[in-house]
Amino acid sequence: MTVRVQEAAFDLGAEANSFAAGHSDMGAMVTFAGIVRDLAQGDLDRMVIEHYPGMTERALEKIAGEAKDRWGLGDVLVIHRYGEMAPGEQIMMVAALAPHRKDAFEAAEFLMDYLKSRAPFWKKEFTSDGADWVASKAEDEDALTRW
Amino acid sequence: MDVLYFAWVRERIGMPKETVETNAATVMELVEELRAREERYEAAFADLSALRVAVDQDLTEFDAPLKGAREVAFFPPMTGG
Repeated sequence: MTVRVQEAAFDLGAEANSFAAGHSDMGAMVTFAGIVRDLAQGDLDRMVIEHYPGMTERALEKIAGEAKDRWGLGDVLVIHRYGEMAPGEQIMMVAALAPHRKDAFEAAEFLMDYLKSRAPFWKKEFTSDGADWVASKAEDEDALTRW
Repeated sequence: MDVLYFAWVRERIGMPKETVETNAATVMELVEELRAREERYEAAFADLSALRVAVDQDLTEFDAPLKGAREVAFFPPMTGG
């Protein structure tokens, strides 16, 4: 199980390949990457992500550990960035390795649902008009009831 | 005890962290003490339904006890991913 919280960009392909290496008993890997999405008006200048050092790692390790136990995963990887990012940049990724695809898909969804509302990250969007903190969505909290 | 603020809570209060001398028994008592201090705290804590709290880096509720706590953090609902 690997959890990394970092400012630097990561290479999704290289991370996925090295994560899966040496797990020939695992037939399925699901990866998800979150990307800085431009606003509808196309005027997002940049996004800044703040986090709570210490609690962030604890929260992510707890979520990853739960996913690993619940779906019998071979391994779990979570990488989440903080700091300044431009539209189109990758913010974060999760990867789940399981013997079969159903468990890998479900575990990746569980990781994302919990990460969104339980890991202490906050996004702020900057446009030419100013800056706004991204509001949480009720549906993100509702998504947890599924698990 | 260390009190930490994140995102717009940090911006409204005007600092990321402070050390507070308190005998508050619960998070709510600490919030009341802070609100009584200055307008900027009142502004940050005006709507508790818009806030989340962590005690010693674990997410908890506003009625949580503070006995033995070293660190309390206030922040808006999280928006990672």
